[in-house]
Amino acid sequence: MISLWATILAVALANAAIKAAGPILVGDRDLSPKANAVTALLASSLLAALVVTETLGGEGRFAFDAKGVGLAVAAPALLLRAPVLVVVALAAVATAVTRAYFG
Amino acid sequence: MLVVTSGEKQRPRCGTGRGYDDDKGYLAGARAAVPFALATAVLGVSFGVLARSLGWGIAAPVAFSLITFSGSAQFAVTAVFGTGGGALAAVATAVLLNARFLAMGIAIAPSLKGGRLRRAVEGQAVVDASWALASRGNGRFDREHLIGATIPQYAAWVVGTAMGVLAGDVVGDVKRLGLDAIFPAFFLALPVEELRSGGRRAAVALLAAALALVLVPFTPPGVPVIAACVTALLGLGNPGRPQ
Repeated sequence: MISLWATILAVALANAAIKAAGPILVGDRDLSPKANAVTALLASSLLAALVVTETLGGEGRFAFDAKGVGLAVAAPALLLRAPVLVVVALAAVATAVTRAYFG
Repeated sequence: MLVVTSGEKQRPRCGTGRGYDDDKGYLAGARAAVPFALATAVLGVSFGVLARSLGWGIAAPVAFSLITFSGSAQFAVTAVFGTGGGALAAVATAVLLNARFLAMGIAIAPSLKGGRLRRAVEGQAVVDASWALASRGNGRFDREHLIGATIPQYAAWVVGTAMGVLAGDVVGDVKRLGLDAIFPAFFLALPVEELRSGGRRAAVALLAAALALVLVPFTPPGVPVIAACVTALLGLGNPGRPQ
């Protein structure tokens, strides 16, 4: 139990420190044009990677499941400029229906 | 054709104090985050149920959600403990999974307010969905939108955890409801937007996804996303080019 509480505290502190590090390093300065050119690309590259890891599961192996169907429905909907809320709902419904049928 | 490269110079700055526009920004963020808050609540319930089943008691899981608010890190700790791993392995896994927040914090830092300490506190509001919702392109972020979006998700995560610990599986299974598809489907929106615009940004998004795909089977969780962040360095090739 002590080891559990110690772990919880350590993870909380590490998490806060990681989130604080960027703002502390940068402070109230604006990023240089070069650094800004990188962070301008960061959002889409990081989110593209999160799509992959959250869809395939990140436990050191591929775990393709119904979520893949949900994403396969979301992608063309986004390309057709459907509102994001609609896309998110479609993905959830497609995933749930796929699981209900193929369990 | 006239192309406006950056709105920074034209952006109206209505003083430094908290004004009407700020309040609207927080509210807009909170409103945009409602669907994610609902999904987060259900995820929180499942975390609470899981933690209880591992014999964590009532206080520990709720305290964990209160002081950490990180689904990826907290589920990782249950996974490590659940498979007989030790405290050190659990912390290491959580740190690796959340290392992405370092890059996200650097990106968002100039959009926060105040000195280093205040920015470090405001930076705690960075979670994946809020950071994505607050992104305004070209490396700019909407601070009020970020904070407004995080508040309902944080509340949902803590309340969800408490419900899961105390009442058990009350809202149904996250997976059965397909709610685990909500976050990746939302994260897909921005890369798809880049794909449509074509050019270097589309190439970087595709490269990042491909790199993550290749690394998932061979590296510990967290590493594929950090590696994919490196693809953003391709922005150095031609800085300032508005595309």
